Order: sequence, then C-alpha cells, then structure tokens
Amino acid sequence: MNTTFSTSSSLNKEETPLNQFLQEVSALTKRLFLQLIRRPSTLIAGVLQPLIWLVLFGALFANAPVDFLPGGMEYGRFLGAGIIVFTAFSGALNAGLPVMFDREFGFLNRLLVAPLRSRSSIVVSSVIYISTISLLQCFAIMSAAFFLGYGWPSEGGVFLVFLTLLILVFAVTALSLGLAFILPGHIELIAVIFVTNLPLLFASTALVPISFMPAWLGWLAAINPLTFAIEPIRAAYSSSTGLGSVLIQAPYGDINGYGCLLILSLLTIGLFLVTRPLLNRKLI
Amino acid sequence: MLLVELHNLEKSYGSVLALRKLTLEIPKGTLFGLLGPNGSGKSTTLRILCTLLEPDSGTVTVAGENVLKNPRNIRSKIGFVAQEVAIDKILTGRELLQLHGDLYHLRRNYRDKRILEMIDRLDMAEWIDRRSGTYSGGMKRRLDLAAGLLHEPELLVLDEPTVGLDIESRSKVWSLLRELHTEGTTILLSSHYLEEVDALSDQMAIIDSGKVIAQGSPSELKKELGNNRVTLKVREFSNQVEGEKVRQLILGIRGVHDVVVNTSQGFSLNFFADDSDSLSKMRSDLNEAGFGIFSLSESRPSLDDVYLKATGKTLMDAELEVSSKRDFKKEAKQSMR
Ligand SMILES: Nc1ncnc2c1ncn2[C@@H]1O[C@H](COP(=O)(O)OP(=O)(O)O)[C@@H](O)[C@H]1O
Ligand SMILES: [Mg+2]
Repeated sequence: MNTTFSTSSSLNKEETPLNQFLQEVSALTKRLFLQLIRRPSTLIAGVLQPLIWLVLFGALFANAPVDFLPGGMEYGRFLGAGIIVFTAFSGALNAGLPVMFDREFGFLNRLLVAPLRSRSSIVVSSVIYISTISLLQCFAIMSAAFFLGYGWPSEGGVFLVFLTLLILVFAVTALSLGLAFILPGHIELIAVIFVTNLPLLFASTALVPISFMPAWLGWLAAINPLTFAIEPIRAAYSSSTGLGSVLIQAPYGDINGYGCLLILSLLTIGLFLVTRPLLNRKLI
Repeated sequence: MLLVELHNLEKSYGSVLALRKLTLEIPKGTLFGLLGPNGSGKSTTLRILCTLLEPDSGTVTVAGENVLKNPRNIRSKIGFVAQEVAIDKILTGRELLQLHGDLYHLRRNYRDKRILEMIDRLDMAEWIDRRSGTYSGGMKRRLDLAAGLLHEPELLVLDEPTVGLDIESRSKVWSLLRELHTEGTTILLSSHYLEEVDALSDQMAIIDSGKVIAQGSPSELKKELGNNRVTLKVREFSNQVEGEKVRQLILGIRGVHDVVVNTSQGFSLNFFADDSDSLSKMRSDLNEAGFGIFSLSESRPSLDDVYLKATGKTLMDAELEVSSKRDFKKEAKQSMR
C-alpha cells in the first residue's frame, strides 16, 4: 500500500494546476448532470412551462389589431424573445439552490476539505450546468415558435440569441450563487427568488413594449437587465433591425443593440466581482 | 517525530467557549484516541485541524507546515471522516468515490484501482452500485470511510466513527483501523466511548471543556492511578455530608489517594489504594470512627477513573448532563459553511 502511494503521488505531481482544475470542474459538473438525469421532472417542467406560456400568451393577444405593435409585428413573434429571456433568467436565478442544499446537508464540507485547485470550480461547474440547460430550453422555445409560425432568427441571429442569453445567464448565476453563500438557508433563498422573478418579468419589455407603459413603469423597464437581453434577441428575429439600430427608446435616451450587450456584459462583470469576495469569505 | 501539533487553540461560538488553550501533539504512526464527553470540543478540534474552521487563536502544524497559512497543501495529506455523514442520495457509492478521487486529483487508472481496493477492504461490492439514498447507517459510514481513505492520506481523521453503528459495521471499522495502523498510517479518532479508545489507541488524550486534562497511553494513564481502584459504601444510601466525612477520614491514610465522593452512585467513595496494608488500615480507622462497611469492591482502574479523577464526575454523567442541553439543529445551522 505504501509503495503504491509513493509512485502514485509522484505521478499525480506531474499534473499541471490547469489539468487539476479541469478535473475538479468536470467532476462537479458531472454530478450536477447526474442529478438532472435522475430527477428529470425539473428539466421536463423547465421545457414545458415556457411552451405553455408561449401558446397561452400568444392566444391571449391573437385578435389584437394588426398595427397593435410598433412596426406591425405579430404578437407571438414579439413574445418569443421575452419568454426565451424570462425562462433563462428564472433558471439561472435557481442556480444557487443546489449549492445552498449542499451547505445545509454538509456536503459542501466534503468539497472544502478537498485540496481543490481553486474553489471557483464550484462556480464554474454551476455556470456550465445552468448555461447548458438554458440553451436547451431556448432551443425548445425557438423551435416551438417556429412551428407556431412566428419565424426563425435571420442569418447570424441564432448566434446573437445564444450570446445574449449566455451573458445574462452568467450574470444571474453569479448573483444567485452569491446569495446562496450569504443567505442563512434555502427558505430565504427561495423567498428572494420568488420576490424577484415575476416583478422583473412584468417590469420589462417581455410582454409589452415601453410605449405601452405608464412613465414610471417605463423607467423601470428601461433599467431592467431583462430588457437589455430581450431587445437584442427580438432584433435577431426581425429582418428590419440590426444591432446598430435603436432598440430601446428609454426615457433617458436611445440605446442600440451594441449598447444593450455592453450594459449586460458590464453587469455580468460587476456581479462576478461583487460575488467573488463573498465566495472567498465563505470558502477559505 | 510529531505529525500534528495543535498549540493553544482557542475557539468560541458566540458566547460559548468551545476550546480553551487546547494543546495536542500527535506522533507520526500512532493511532491516537481523543476521548471526551459530548460537548467537550472534539469536533471543533478536528474541524480546525482539517481546515474547515479557523481558530480564534493558536497554531496548527501538520508535517511541519503551518495549516492556517497554507491550507491547500495540508488538505491532500489528510483524509477526514466527519461526524455527520453527508451523502448525495442520488449518486451511487461508486460515483461518490469517483467524485472524491477527482477532487483529490487522482489519475483515473489509479483512482479506479483504489476504488476497487476500498470496495474489497470494506466489503461494499454488493451495494456499491446502488444509489446511496438506500443505504443503512452502517453502509453510509463505510462508504464515507472509503472516501476518506481513497487518496491514501498520511493522516486519517475520524470524528466519532462508530456512533450509532451496528455491531458488524463497528467491528469492520475497528479492524480496518487496526490494519491501517500497522501499515503506518497515522490515525486520529475522537470518541466518547472509552472502550473504543481503550481497545484501539496506543496514545490518547482526554479532553474536557475544551482542554486536555490527561494524556499518554491508555495503560500508562491507568497505571498512574495505582493498582487498585476501590469503591466503598459505608451504608447502602449515604449522603453528601457523610460521604465527605468519610473522605476526610481516609484521605490521610498512606497509600490511599484520589478519593472522590461519587454522587451518582449513592455517595459511595471511589479511591485508589497502592497495597493491601493501606486497605486494612482503612478498615480499622473506619471502625474506630464508628462507620460500618456496607460494601467494598476492588477492580483494575479504567479510563473512566482517569476521567473521574480529573473532573470529579464519570464520563457517563458528563454525557447525560450535556446531551439534553445541546441544540444540534441550531449548531448545524450556525456552523453551516
Ligand atoms: N456551531 C455551533 N454554534 C454554537 N455552539 C457550538 C457550535 N458547535 C459547537 N458548539 C458548542 O461548542 C462546544 C464544543 O462542541 P463540539 O466541538 O461539537 O464538541 P464534541 O464534538 O466533543 O461533542 C459545545 O458546548 C457545543 O455546544
Ligand atoms: Mg462531536
């Protein structure tokens, strides 16, 4: 036993820190996916729910006047982007829950006594997991929208949809993981998720454009991160607007597609910078 | 050579002082038992050693390295089996071991070879590919032990490893620990079962209220108390006043020492006598002072006597006193990381 120890440990020494980090990340990611596959109900619900939204909300506004929306856009097509973003947002907001349960059940201690190269592997594995699910959900919504006759993004648009979505997912995942480390338990975390989720949906351009809203709500929608993700995706579905066009006519000024993506990226970077010390304080 | 040096550790949880300048040194290669009643600070000590908790003050050194400065280096040398078994129910035992191997950066071939070895040694083949949610307490413990041993740590730390185990699992754990000990692994185990520490360890410390109150090998500690441990009752149900009177009386006899009034055993007197002369002197002294002898029994000293001598109560009493008072749910919540 002792002889194997010396040879094996010298073998292990040859691993570079990067390889060790990758080994940690892939092991932790694998665990999250095993959980998903063995409890598939969350995934099934996560895909079905936005499809139901799409069909129901689409039907609700089916008989709206033809020039109801600016540019004469069909409501179902308008709504698709909102539902894609809202679904990804809710999914990412839940990212902290598995970590919170690991804290509560003491499983996190297992990770903390292990010689992890970097404890950000816990964060990275969550980001990979949530991003994959979001892209899957997004793809399901886009396909459903297509079959409902709401179209498909113009060329390059699919890439834009995925890019926008990923930036948003990173930001919200960072936020949720940060919360999972500072809140005392899962009840509090679920409360925060519950309180943030729907208000952020209604105070965004997911369901109606800013021009429909009273001034105060328009203000809220114009500073809501969801809006900055929804509008570029909506643009990807439109043949007449590109990233260079003005996408948000906010009370404080006009913002084009690049502006939206820039603001979203800055938000993501900001949230990662804010949550990092939280993780470190808890994890060292 | 010392593998572990804990010096003057202090730790409090809010107003509760859990460790008061605790100092402990563990030589390489020993099977070291840390004996103490519930609430004495065993888990706190082990959690600090395994880098899960930072002490308020004091130093922690493992293999010459400062653990508080460089925790990552130490983590790969230690295998920790915590008091509460936390297992991901949805994974099979084998998947949990694979996850562990990866978190300790074992090469895949070596990891899988080690997993097979552990399955064999802990007799887990029958159920290792079932989901761990279906395991019994004993199975979970064995899996947890396998996880702690997977990377062949230099130091194995176990927090009350046999609490609540069935006899079969307990004897499996005991014999594995003995084997590891012969193979040269240093083992630190905490327990509130004195038989466990007595049977397994070659070095031990008794801790009480966050301090080490006695240290040595189990046989040394018992020998220090003298040859005969005597329990004396002057009547079937005595009282504090009478017990104290008798204590004063026999305290002065040569060869009699460490006399305590055992309140939980009808105020009987527990003491140690070096030889039979001191006992016959005691009989005549009692007679002269007008006390009878209801019963007198002699036995070899046990670790409980070591504890009784140092604290004035038995381990069992200390255990009962505390366990009803502690709110484990609240503590778990507070120490959540
Ligand atoms: N998280 C906690 N919050 C408050 N008090 C705690 C916590 N953990 C332990 N304690 C207290 O610290 C003391 C030592 O506890 P512990 O180290 O768990 O002892 P042992 O493992 O020997 O039972 C006890 O008085 C216990 O009640
Ligand atoms: Mg304990």
